Amino acid sequence: MSQAAAIEAKNLDLTFETGDGSIQALQDVTLEIGKGEFVSFIGPSGCGKTTFLRVVAGLETPTGGEVRVNGTSPDEARRDRAYGYVFQEAGLYPWRTIAGNVRLPLEIMGYSKSEMADRVNRVLELVELSGFENKHPWQLSGGMQQRASIARALAFDADILLMDEPFGALDEIVRDHLNEQLLGLWDHTGKTIGFVTHSIPEAVYLSTRIVVMSPRPGRITDIIDNPLPRKRPLDIRDTPEFLEVAQRIRKGLRAGQSYGD
Amino acid sequence: MNRVLPILVVLAAILALWYVAVVPMNAGWTIAQAERAGHELTFVDIVADTMNQDRPRLPAPHQVAAELKKTVLDTKVTSKRSLVFHGWITLQSTLWGFALGTTVGIGMAVSIVYSRTANMSLMPWAIISQTIPIVAIAPMIIVVLATLGVEGRTVPKAIISAYLCFFPVLVSMVKGLRSPGAMQIDLMKTYSANAGQTFWKLRLPASVPYLFTSLKVGIAAALVGTIVGELPTGAIQGLGARILIGDQFGNPLMIWSALIAAACLAGALVTIVTVLQSLALQRMGYAR
Repeated sequence: MSQAAAIEAKNLDLTFETGDGSIQALQDVTLEIGKGEFVSFIGPSGCGKTTFLRVVAGLETPTGGEVRVNGTSPDEARRDRAYGYVFQEAGLYPWRTIAGNVRLPLEIMGYSKSEMADRVNRVLELVELSGFENKHPWQLSGGMQQRASIARALAFDADILLMDEPFGALDEIVRDHLNEQLLGLWDHTGKTIGFVTHSIPEAVYLSTRIVVMSPRPGRITDIIDNPLPRKRPLDIRDTPEFLEVAQRIRKGLRAGQSYGD
Repeated sequence: MNRVLPILVVLAAILALWYVAVVPMNAGWTIAQAERAGHELTFVDIVADTMNQDRPRLPAPHQVAAELKKTVLDTKVTSKRSLVFHGWITLQSTLWGFALGTTVGIGMAVSIVYSRTANMSLMPWAIISQTIPIVAIAPMIIVVLATLGVEGRTVPKAIISAYLCFFPVLVSMVKGLRSPGAMQIDLMKTYSANAGQTFWKLRLPASVPYLFTSLKVGIAAALVGTIVGELPTGAIQGLGARILIGDQFGNPLMIWSALIAAACLAGALVTIVTVLQSLALQRMGYAR
């Protein structure tokens, strides 16, 4: 395995034992994500895209194969603060202010008081939430809450950002805005991003590569290199290149469903 | 005003019902007395007499009010005839019982949430404990404590009070400590948080709203526990003792005034907890 890769998975298998039999969530998943890449995972429910992200984060243990994060095991990578995880819900603590929520991982990791204050200011600025430090989560809109949760994941300077359908619960307009912001953030921080989504336009707009997955068993059916340039205005979504990539994803999704449903 | 009005309406209805009930409850004695003396009584005479008997089966509200005025306002608070004195005795045990019950309840909840063994072994016993009549246990607690050399009534009463009070706190705290969802727990895992950090930064603050809800039930239960603890234990001080003595000496006015005093005390305690609850939740940022 090469040294430059942020995430490497080799012949990954994961089987869940449930009451009515076993479910193969991941089957023979092999993938390498280089440093600084933005990789989206797209597919219908049950295709294993979230499970893959959880395996990378060490929240699930694979039943076969190998996964390395920054060249180490997921558990070691977590202890090295290699990644920040953003869930579908913002999951901010209602009893903490926005600054308090962003400070949470820093408190747990034992940063000094002044360093915490610096970092909180910096990441809140990054997600354009300066001035909301002392607000409580319920005082913010859903989109702002999700931005605060991204700030929380960025606070301890992990190289890798794992995002599990972070904008899935937001409306289209807010989503467009956050997509644009996320792209800008990725562009000037140079982070490696793993991004799970249900939305084809979102995947094409954001990613350098798109991994198409299909269910029963959860597996990769296609990996698409996105030819779009790094700088992407929102209206790039009307260009033929964009539509071509979208079409290929759609084809991949359909092929994955050819048996079963 | 909108909140007070419904309460006043219910209060007025209760008073009206009470007055109506006074007549048939006490009329027997009035009629018997009149028959013995050979008097003829009109309905108005009967009603008037039932309202002002010395030893009524059911005293009228204004009689209870007069008794309360006498024993609360017109008697020195240090006197053994003062309801304030007896209320203070009951309040002390209630607060000790409440503190003890809350501590035990929270402690048991923490061990149940963190230990499978405690969950399997403690929870069934906690439930069974609440099915045993407290009146049956109270004398045993007093005998055992006396054997151990504990003097006075305060400690046994506080233990009996805590026995009733810990349960709602336990049930709510178990629910509260378990209230953070899988996502919240996973988030703490991604920070490599240890069990202590997850407890102090996530589970405990998340359980605070549950805690306060149970404290309101708990303080009322603690008061009931104390009064019950004063009944079978030969206590001569406290609101429960007043109820018992009033019963033994055929003095319903004493029973009813002690009952009303206990109800007012309960109302005041619950109100204090409610105020503390809204202050705490506001401070924590829950309030909208």
